[in-house]
Amino acid sequence: MSNYSKQKFLSPAELGGFIVLAILLFVVLPLSVDDFRLNLIGKYLSYSFVAMGLVLCWGYGGILSLGQGVFFGIGGYCMAMFLKLEASSVENTAIQSTPGIPDFMDWNQLTELPWFWEPFNSLGLSLIAVILVPGLFAFLIGLAMFKRRVGGVYFAIITQAVAAILTILIVGSQGMTGGINGITDLRTLLGWDIRTDEAKVILYFVCVTFVFICLFLCQFVLRSKLGRLLVAVRDTEERVRFSGYNVDNFKIFIFTFAAMLSAIGGALFTLQVGFMSPSFVGIVPSIEMVIFCAVGGRLSLLGAVYGALAVNFAKTTLSEAIPELWLFALGGMFIAVVSIFPNGLMGLYNTYISAPVNRFYHAAVRFINKDKPVETLSEPLSEPESESTLGAK
Amino acid sequence: MSNKDFVLSVEGLTVSFDGFKAVDDLSFYVEEGEIRVIIGPNGAGKTTVLDLICGRTKSTEGSIKFRGKDLSKMTEHEIVHAGVGRKFQNPSVYEDLTVFENFELSFPRGRSVFGALGFQRDAEVLKAIEETAEMVFLQEHLGMQADLLSHGQKQWLEIGMLLIQQPSLLMLDEPVAGMSVAERKKTAELLLKITKDRSVIVIEHDMNFVADIADRVTVLHQGKVLSEGSMDHVQKDPKVIEVYLGH
Repeated sequence: MSNYSKQKFLSPAELGGFIVLAILLFVVLPLSVDDFRLNLIGKYLSYSFVAMGLVLCWGYGGILSLGQGVFFGIGGYCMAMFLKLEASSVENTAIQSTPGIPDFMDWNQLTELPWFWEPFNSLGLSLIAVILVPGLFAFLIGLAMFKRRVGGVYFAIITQAVAAILTILIVGSQGMTGGINGITDLRTLLGWDIRTDEAKVILYFVCVTFVFICLFLCQFVLRSKLGRLLVAVRDTEERVRFSGYNVDNFKIFIFTFAAMLSAIGGALFTLQVGFMSPSFVGIVPSIEMVIFCAVGGRLSLLGAVYGALAVNFAKTTLSEAIPELWLFALGGMFIAVVSIFPNGLMGLYNTYISAPVNRFYHAAVRFINKDKPVETLSEPLSEPESESTLGAK
Repeated sequence: MSNKDFVLSVEGLTVSFDGFKAVDDLSFYVEEGEIRVIIGPNGAGKTTVLDLICGRTKSTEGSIKFRGKDLSKMTEHEIVHAGVGRKFQNPSVYEDLTVFENFELSFPRGRSVFGALGFQRDAEVLKAIEETAEMVFLQEHLGMQADLLSHGQKQWLEIGMLLIQQPSLLMLDEPVAGMSVAERKKTAELLLKITKDRSVIVIEHDMNFVADIADRVTVLHQGKVLSEGSMDHVQKDPKVIEVYLGH
């Protein structure tokens, strides 16, 4: 059978990209920056999970969510609730009027743990909650929206409203959520102090490992027929319905999947940063997350990782130097991506580096082989696939 | 006659958009293996009838029975699963995917979310795709991206995407619009070939093409059946000449 039916999990170019990223994250960065910066990079990487989810959901499926902070936040809060309960043992909180409950509850005159906090005494249940609670929430939003055929801009606005509502809810119920301050002063994970430099280095490697697990999961989804269906739905939704697919279910699935990825990022964020607050849930952080994805390239999984790293690095650097300038820079970046390079950094890479190198390589091969018989020359020219076949409109 | 002798029986079908009745108390019956052509002036409700049958538009009144199932109460994908395929007026294919992938997505397997995740391109799929591609004259173009095809080839691709689903009722909205004379001829042959084991409803304006393929012709006018019968019959019908065919 000829070429068109062959499916590879990773094309040679993609494999190369994965290897370069692995060397960068596992070797180069840990060896070249100090522990403080490495922890920052780990924090940036926890955003890359959200960006990966957006690549699937927005880049391929055409569903723009401006509320991914919601799922990032819920994942982060689930983790933080477990860590907070561990930090609030009776001995640690002996000076409170009700020892054994988190400090902010005590300040708010709560005398017992709210019921929904109970499961977070167990690490196992907490880890399940990190994935399932945001997943279920996204599933319900998806069910309510997509079954009614709400899509496009309307869907984006509703997700944004959800982000606003959740922020207000968290801030408003201070006694149960820690309010605007969030859940702070997290110390240990099953007795292991997560605040030491050594712990932070270990957590960085845990985070990078999860980045690769999730990249492979996403790659699996994109390589399956479901990945091609997403592109088909993005471009000609009606045709997909009349090919016998229940399109709503596919949208619900990919939105839920993206939410679960975001939640993993949120949990890793909490572990590495040591607190969680509503400032990572609302509208502004949610839009920033879309920009991470857009800058990296919304059709590229690896681009999601680079986008999260690049934008956050710029944010830290600029905020340290000229704090007032950051929001202008962010806005500028967004305008640049939309008007100049719509496929993000990876789009630029494919157009200006990968494609010319490929052409040069094939020209060189042809030049070297010019005296040989024609058969050896009929090697098909393999252009980088992701850009040419799936380019967004 | 009972409904069971027909593949499709449409009875008393009415749809009104804000009081305007695009289809008005329409009844017609399609037999097994028949090629039925629907003609009529612009705005007669031809496309709306197809929309109603395939579930794109919901009817206000009336019933659409397909092999004993009432299509008017089913969703689009359920109607497809029941065996009804629909080709749109403007070729509607997945332009960002290759011809092969277009066929693959139309192959009737792995249509649930997890079915799609676990879908494999096995020998059965490849065989079906190659056979279909050959039938619709696209075997040389399987690796090509669909938006690079000519207009006529896109029409064929969409017909092929329906064929691979093995529908028992095929509905084609202007399948030869925008095609060259040679392409029309090929398409007419294709239609005659593929109707052996299925019924087809075609909307078409090209009278020569209609004469080539139709078993029976239904003429619609203002949402109602104006005339029905063989091509000869309707061409001689004075009412049809008056409103549609012209003098």
